[in-house]
Amino acid sequence: MIAVRELVKTYPAPRGRRGAAAAPAVRANDGISLDVRRGEIFGLLGPNGAGKSTLVRQLTGLLRPDAGSIHVLGHDLVRHPERAARLLGYLGQESTALDELTVALAVETTGRLRGLGAREARAERDAVLAELGLADLAGRPLKKLSGGQRRLACFATALPGERPLLVLDEPTTGMDPVARRAVWAAVDRRRAERGATVVLVTHNVLEAESVLDRVAVIDRGRVIACDTPGGLKDMVSDEVRLELVWRDRPPLEVPEVAALEAAARTSGRRWTLRLPADQARSAVTAVTAGPAFAALDDFTLATPSLEDVYLALGGRAEGLVKA
Amino acid sequence: MSVVPAQAVAGTTSGAVDPSAAAAPLAPRARFGPALGAVYRAQLSRARVARIPLLFVATFQSIGIMVLLRGVVDGGDPARDVVAGSSVLVVAFVALNLLAQYFGQLRAGGGLDHYATLPVPPAAVVLGAAAAYASFTVPGTLVTAVTGCLLFQLPMAHLWVLAAVLPLAGAALAGLGAALGLLAPRPELATLCGQLGMSAALLLGVLPAARMPELVGWARDLLPSTYGVEALARSFGTHPDWSAVGADLGVCAAVGVLSLAVATWAYRRAATR
Repeated sequence: MIAVRELVKTYPAPRGRRGAAAAPAVRANDGISLDVRRGEIFGLLGPNGAGKSTLVRQLTGLLRPDAGSIHVLGHDLVRHPERAARLLGYLGQESTALDELTVALAVETTGRLRGLGAREARAERDAVLAELGLADLAGRPLKKLSGGQRRLACFATALPGERPLLVLDEPTTGMDPVARRAVWAAVDRRRAERGATVVLVTHNVLEAESVLDRVAVIDRGRVIACDTPGGLKDMVSDEVRLELVWRDRPPLEVPEVAALEAAARTSGRRWTLRLPADQARSAVTAVTAGPAFAALDDFTLATPSLEDVYLALGGRAEGLVKA
Repeated sequence: MSVVPAQAVAGTTSGAVDPSAAAAPLAPRARFGPALGAVYRAQLSRARVARIPLLFVATFQSIGIMVLLRGVVDGGDPARDVVAGSSVLVVAFVALNLLAQYFGQLRAGGGLDHYATLPVPPAAVVLGAAAAYASFTVPGTLVTAVTGCLLFQLPMAHLWVLAAVLPLAGAALAGLGAALGLLAPRPELATLCGQLGMSAALLLGVLPAARMPELVGWARDLLPSTYGVEALARSFGTHPDWSAVGADLGVCAAVGVLSLAVATWAYRRAATR
């Protein structure tokens, strides 16, 4: 379906102004290889700046790789980037081109530009708006909508003029749960009924765990792991995550707490620890009694998430969202 | 795990089996005509939402200039130049200035990606936007021309020439505006170029050419709007020289074709980096 091999893309260093030091060139994709199978919902997970969008822009023919190959459905997209538009539907992060159009016109026009006839475009417009629950907003310009509604309208424009592959760059950013469900239902329907394949960029860990068949974890331009969410979590299955929130400051005079400090990732009053199950149990026993408990505001004990996998693989912590 | 070393899969992608043999069929391209129509319609609706106040500004600006110059100019050739220049200024304001701003912002904001990931001919996007902006100048230009004729007691018999001046000057200026917007490295520069182009159209189009220094005269000859202004100004005569009007419009048309071709090239360049 999709075969990406040894993809390299370096952004040239921006020219520094006189006096200021020039920033170095950024290697956004550093030898990425991956395969996506037909009918799969395949995720690219990583924090902002990991190189996900750069990868997606090469998949969609918007950016030419410095080296490597991309084959989609048997077509060489490095040699023929213009074919991408006839193979896939793309939802980018920007909506500037559509902002001043009404939702209905944005969907209909995009369908027309994807090669549909006038009547087909209108029919698909009505079907997509009804499917996503956007019919009531059809006459409103996109820029008058809330962030989540606008994002849903943009998602709607990716659907008319059916393509066997959908490439969605953070489709659910800012959406409420209802809109999210509408997006995943629409994606599932296309997969079940027409065998569509979906490549999805996300930095949302919970979303990745619940909707993706397989995930490529990307960090600093490289694929550091690629498996099902369950398979990835098995890599750290002997560990659990313990989160401690202190009322004021950690009671370091308690020896058990002081011993935990070294292993904790601190963010304000919150400590996050990844521990083998037995150690986590004794840590919980220690902090839920005596002076440590008096200083404790809240604690949670959880099985590992993809975020823990990501950290265990050596990824940077910041930038992943749990919501 | 599907992270595979390149050597291991080289055989599957570049071996004896030609990968294109099993290639999936491509969806059809959007054809030029329908795509142009769809872009035009969408752009016109955008303009209706966002640009009506600016159109009022453009029209009032032109009418204001004519009212101001009414005290200085009292008929004859200069009056024709003033009315023709003010009318074409509306076209320059919308087609050159606003379109340069639009494409500058679209390019900077990543909006071109939307079109670049659709199988639509680049010329359809550029021409559709240019045509929409040019048609949006029609009411303002008409109002300005009629007001000018009344103010300066010029004959309105040949105002139908506007039917040729508007699309041709519109094409030339919109093409120029689109090219500026798409080529400017930053959106502020696109805005600046659009403003400067409009100021040039204002000064060089409205002021009588006879009294200009030679250098400024050359600049005036280089500006595509000049030929639209001259064609319109000639039509206010009692016996217009139709061959000269035709020649002026021919220059407009040639510049229009050229600037729209440049704009299409600039779009292609901006859309696929």
